[in-house]
Amino acid sequence: MADDHGARDVVSAGHSARSVAVPVSASTETQASPGLGVVAPDRFENPGIPPHQPRVTDLDPKKEKRAERTVYILFYLSLAGSVFAIGAYFGFPIEENNIASTRMNNLMLGLGMSLALLAIGVAAVHWGKALMPEEEMIDQRHPVTGSPATRARAVEIFDQANKESGFGRRSLLRNSLIGALVAFPLPAIVLFRDLYPGNQEDPVSALSRTMWKEGVRLTRDPSGTPIRASEVTLGSAFHVIPEGLEESEHYLEEKAKAAVLLMRLRPDELNEIEERKTWSYDGIVAYSKICTHVGCPVALYEQITHHLLCPCHQSQFDVTNHCEVIFGPAARPLPQLPIAVDDEGYLIAQSDFTEPVGPSFWERASVNDN
Amino acid sequence: MSTTTEPKRTRASSYTAAASNYIDERTTISAVVKEFGRKIFPDHWSFMLGEVALYSFVVILVTGTFLTFFYDPSMAETHYEGSYVPLKGVEMSVAMASTLDISFDIRGGLLVRQIHHWAALLFIAAMGLHMLRVFFTGTFRKPRELNWVIGFVLFILGMGEGFTGYSLPDDLLSGNGLRIIEGLVMGIPVIGTWISFLLFGGEFPGTAIVGRLYTLHILLLPAVLVALLALHLVFVVVHKHTQFAGPGRTNENVLGVPILPTFAAKAGGFFFIVFGVIVVMATFFAINPIWVYGPYDPSPVSAGTQPDWYIGFADGALRLIPPGLEIEFLNRTWSFNILIPMVALGAIIVLPMIYPFIEHWITRDNREHHIADRPRNAPTRTGIGAAGVTFYGVLWAAASSDLIATHFDLAMEHVIHFLQAAAILGPVVAYLITKRVCLALMKKDREIALHGIESGRIVKLPGGEFIEVHEQLDDYDRWKLVSYNDYAPLMIRPNSRGKITAATRVRAGLSRWFFEDRIAPVTRREVELSHGEHHAAAAIEGEHQSAIGADSNRH
Repeated sequence: MADDHGARDVVSAGHSARSVAVPVSASTETQASPGLGVVAPDRFENPGIPPHQPRVTDLDPKKEKRAERTVYILFYLSLAGSVFAIGAYFGFPIEENNIASTRMNNLMLGLGMSLALLAIGVAAVHWGKALMPEEEMIDQRHPVTGSPATRARAVEIFDQANKESGFGRRSLLRNSLIGALVAFPLPAIVLFRDLYPGNQEDPVSALSRTMWKEGVRLTRDPSGTPIRASEVTLGSAFHVIPEGLEESEHYLEEKAKAAVLLMRLRPDELNEIEERKTWSYDGIVAYSKICTHVGCPVALYEQITHHLLCPCHQSQFDVTNHCEVIFGPAARPLPQLPIAVDDEGYLIAQSDFTEPVGPSFWERASVNDN
Repeated sequence: MSTTTEPKRTRASSYTAAASNYIDERTTISAVVKEFGRKIFPDHWSFMLGEVALYSFVVILVTGTFLTFFYDPSMAETHYEGSYVPLKGVEMSVAMASTLDISFDIRGGLLVRQIHHWAALLFIAAMGLHMLRVFFTGTFRKPRELNWVIGFVLFILGMGEGFTGYSLPDDLLSGNGLRIIEGLVMGIPVIGTWISFLLFGGEFPGTAIVGRLYTLHILLLPAVLVALLALHLVFVVVHKHTQFAGPGRTNENVLGVPILPTFAAKAGGFFFIVFGVIVVMATFFAINPIWVYGPYDPSPVSAGTQPDWYIGFADGALRLIPPGLEIEFLNRTWSFNILIPMVALGAIIVLPMIYPFIEHWITRDNREHHIADRPRNAPTRTGIGAAGVTFYGVLWAAASSDLIATHFDLAMEHVIHFLQAAAILGPVVAYLITKRVCLALMKKDREIALHGIESGRIVKLPGGEFIEVHEQLDDYDRWKLVSYNDYAPLMIRPNSRGKITAATRVRAGLSRWFFEDRIAPVTRREVELSHGEHHAAAAIEGEHQSAIGADSNRH
């Protein structure tokens, strides 16, 4: 396991001037432990750089001339591309209400710029590969670590600074400094508390209520027209928002909690539990549209199977069994909105949801208890 | 002619000299040129992956700056009155309306927006491939471990930049993405609800999030990204670039072309090629057509929603969780259907990040390594990498589970169940196969180094035996096959106090796992011995090498 690592990689080739740079013997490498590395004593030695193969442009002046021509033609092409792009900016303007003109502007401008960029790129690379010297050259590496003298000097400086300041000796000074330094950023962190201003509603209470309450009519999303029970034919599904949502101050926030799906099934298809028998009306049921997984709208209704499918993560809910989860990552059934019919035959809510809608949150279990 | 051009040239060169002198007298720039002008860069196609990432980031900075002049990060409601007729009069946020204006009313705006988005996708893809290159060639080893970590942070920042930027148009698709983020954050125990409210400034969606993401997207994240990128490149200079094993290349030198002029021409040209390719994509292929999705509304959603590709693995992790993983305990809600994917995603990020330190702990190899490993020569590491890639790939495929189901006419449930199994079994299978393939390739290399290449020439020996003549490799070709690092498992020995610690046992176990299946590089002695065993063959080989074509006489 003797470490002859540093010595083994000697390049023994003698090609042109490059062999000058090669011999490397002892460096700090030699001292570094290879750990579990095995260094065989009779490893092969590095044969050195193989002879250089000249390119056609090195041998044939005609080819060299041709490469040169290719490069400058490409640079001129790039120039033409840039000019074309500027011309296209004005020559293919965007006309009002004309999508085709936008597309033409995009296309022509893009073509000009593409030509300008690609031609420069190909020309420069070709110049580098065909005309500039490609024979490989050698740089010596040096150990990343500082030289022993440098390291000793660094240690010395730290020692000296420590002595002069008394950082190690005057422990009270040091510790109080550390304490102050730890504490000083804390106010900055506290300042972020009002990213959600302190005078606003408590998050848990905000998450626990929606716009639905007793007597609020179920209306169509997005028109806001109320829905008569008689309009909900067997097998149909309605996207529903509460009446008055349009006038709400926090339209999107309220909608994100109050969106509901309304479906009518044959009453005998519904397996309703005793306490929820009064929550539906003649086979019409209303469930929160907000997925209990991470809150996407559960927008897909399979009429035949009475399954609701969330298009984001494919959770599936069975409408006939109070929207219990039958597949996918969601853990809880969709909350049901208790509904009834008012004197005029319109569907109304009996109350708000009886549990928070949407994704789970830490304090949710405590809300259910209250 | 020559008399007229001569003074001109002198004047030009004297002007250059004067300018250089002026600058050098004020900046010592000559020292910089002396130090770096002829610095050597080694060449290999895989080294350009990092360059692609760097150049696409430059493109992102340039195009992003242009976009900030026109984009308005406000969530105030407005009625769209721009050129795109189907959305005329539709209520939407100012952010969405200004993005539509960039796309339809500003000349070149759509092009720049698409360049920006395509470059962002390429940026993250190139970073990912660059990291795979570094991992599989083991160039994260000493002295580059810290730069590996920096690179990893850059990758995470890149994804953060991508996601924040993706959300800025405030369209339906990105709004759903934000909703998912909100759902995720709320699932975090103890602090989740509050973090979500602080992030969104209240209930989802609120009116603050786009402005906040904008600040993150154009100020905070880019500042950190640029700083770390600079540090990353400084380390590349300090360490000098790695090179692949090859004749003349040692751990103490770098073979390649100098920065001035050849590397500058190639790398500079390559920048324009990368930029050009991105512009071609932006010219011909639409990306993120927000006008098709429409403004954000919490109620509608389109089927087949997909995040940008680099978020796919996270979305897929969410989809693969089986139902019912949520409990109520201590009067609190524990959402394991959120926590398990979060832990998996954390593992995908943290395990590779600390991998260099794990491997170093096992090998305790304190040498500097500047020669890139061929992946086959580190079979266990390559197997682990393949397992990681497979796991990531399965999660990524899961993000398209619905599209896989519809495109291949499969049941959604079957696709998910298959991917659930693949997420667990796939990495194991990938590890085993990859490691075996690596070992087989090493055996083949060893065979070739020992016995040479089958020449296809069958020769009859005087005794009647038929043999195939093997051609020995030349020194240069053989060097590539024999010059790799070899490790042996740790032998457990008591330490100075006569004890065998638990850590030693773990380390020994891991080292066995890593290095038990060991194929040592061929040594000179072995080659000599192998020639002795096949004396006759060797004799013929010798003859063959001295007289090519001599075999025809033997028939």
